[in-house]
Amino acid sequence: MRHHSFNRRSFLQAAGTAGAAALLGPDLLRAQTTPLLTRRIPSSNEELPLVGLGSWGVFNVGDDPVGRAGCTAVLKNFFAAGGRLIDSSPMYGSSQQVIGHALAELGMPARLFAADKVWISPGAKGREQIETSRRAWRVPRFDLLQVHNLLAWEEHLPALFAMKAAGQLRYVGITTSHGRRHGDIERIMRSHPLDFVQVTYNIEDREIEERILPLAADRGIAVIINRPFQRGDLLRRFAGQPLPPWAADLDCSGWPQFLLKFIVSHPAVTCAIPATSRVDHLVEDLGAARGRLPDAGLRRRMLDYVRTL
Amino acid sequence: MSEWWTYRLSDFLMFEPRTYYRLFERINGGLWPAPLLALALGVALLVLAGRGRAPRATLILLVPAWLAVAVAFHWQRYAPINFLAPWYAWASGLEGALLLAAASGRVRWLFPGAGLPPDRVGVGLLTFAVLLQPLIGPLLDRSWQGVELFGLAPDPTALATLGVVLALRARWALLVIPVLLALASGATLWAMEAPDAWVTPVVAVLGVVRCSGKRRLGD
Repeated sequence: MRHHSFNRRSFLQAAGTAGAAALLGPDLLRAQTTPLLTRRIPSSNEELPLVGLGSWGVFNVGDDPVGRAGCTAVLKNFFAAGGRLIDSSPMYGSSQQVIGHALAELGMPARLFAADKVWISPGAKGREQIETSRRAWRVPRFDLLQVHNLLAWEEHLPALFAMKAAGQLRYVGITTSHGRRHGDIERIMRSHPLDFVQVTYNIEDREIEERILPLAADRGIAVIINRPFQRGDLLRRFAGQPLPPWAADLDCSGWPQFLLKFIVSHPAVTCAIPATSRVDHLVEDLGAARGRLPDAGLRRRMLDYVRTL
Repeated sequence: MSEWWTYRLSDFLMFEPRTYYRLFERINGGLWPAPLLALALGVALLVLAGRGRAPRATLILLVPAWLAVAVAFHWQRYAPINFLAPWYAWASGLEGALLLAAASGRVRWLFPGAGLPPDRVGVGLLTFAVLLQPLIGPLLDRSWQGVELFGLAPDPTALATLGVVLALRARWALLVIPVLLALASGATLWAMEAPDAWVTPVVAVLGVVRCSGKRRLGD
């Protein structure tokens, strides 16, 4: 989530941008018509764009019609630009309902890749929570269900694998964030046939490079990256700092793209899920899935540059 | 939740600041002309508490304010975006019930009755909550439509209650819920990095210090 000092003007600007984008979606994205870069989900070879959409915080607008219209505009532009994966959780307040409302308004776009989570203990209540989430999203089934923060994972994982076997679900995963419980994540990755793992990774939090990303590549597990901007902290810290001149060689027009390209250029990463409720931020974020990506040498150079700031 | 000590306050913030401030625009716009009534109620409260002649009527005026905050703000508008808001709603309703009991004159452990002139600090606090606190948002470039009014918004209602309880020298039991809600609100605004996050909790704590220092609450 990117924080901004809030005032009426900025709100109206944001709402205006969202409204304009809702009306002029293709126009706003006219310069952004290049298809998004994709990466394969190892367990199926299905392609996913390198940038998806998170919903923590930003889609939790309740029943506010203005907030919901803004979120619908974001989703409209997300799909128009080629986006697919949207990630949410029952932990995210009204986000699931807001996503469901927007999807219904947009006629349930066929390209949607619906990723949600189960987050309840005891695990016996998991199926009921999943059904509640599915109704909130208004989808016939989820593409991906993940055990949120490993809560009651011993009970949830068998249930999710059973749902997958019954055709009620396409992929199974687990999540963590803030760099927590990486030992448990690694153990589960080794012992269960996971399709996805979701972890925190950004230019500052790079612990997963040591064991989890190599293990994911080795085991054929897709990797979703949360907190790519440390919930906006990185963007606030680097605001006002110049991008290096060679950022243009990576087709980066701003810090969001610079930071996201660092993440998605790691070969073991499948996609990153920055969260935003603003169309202009969405356009910036999706730009990271276009143009050139850094190779290993340039990734080191990106790290070195950020350390100098 | 494991490793809870590694989380920051902002990690628990479930919504964006603009979504929070929209709550006040929505309650003011959705219940119009209730904001005018709330303002009139606040001024009436100020006059009554300042004179100190009708303490039970003064306490009664706080009851609809707390019920409106409980139902229209916390339950109907805040709860969809915050898991804690239903608890705030119940607490606000309970405060309304306590104030009603105090105003009845039959629950002397809440309000032993009048006798002393109004506490000036309490009246000052009430004045701040009713007339000055609503101006903070617009002064910080937030919208006038989202002005936080006593009787509809939780923070000025909590501080106004603190002022009335101080002014009338009612018992401290009436302060517990307003002070806890003031601290919770301050924590939320702090997580939102709002520049005025300190106002409500600091004023509430100063009020409590005044209460305990002077030992005027029904001693």
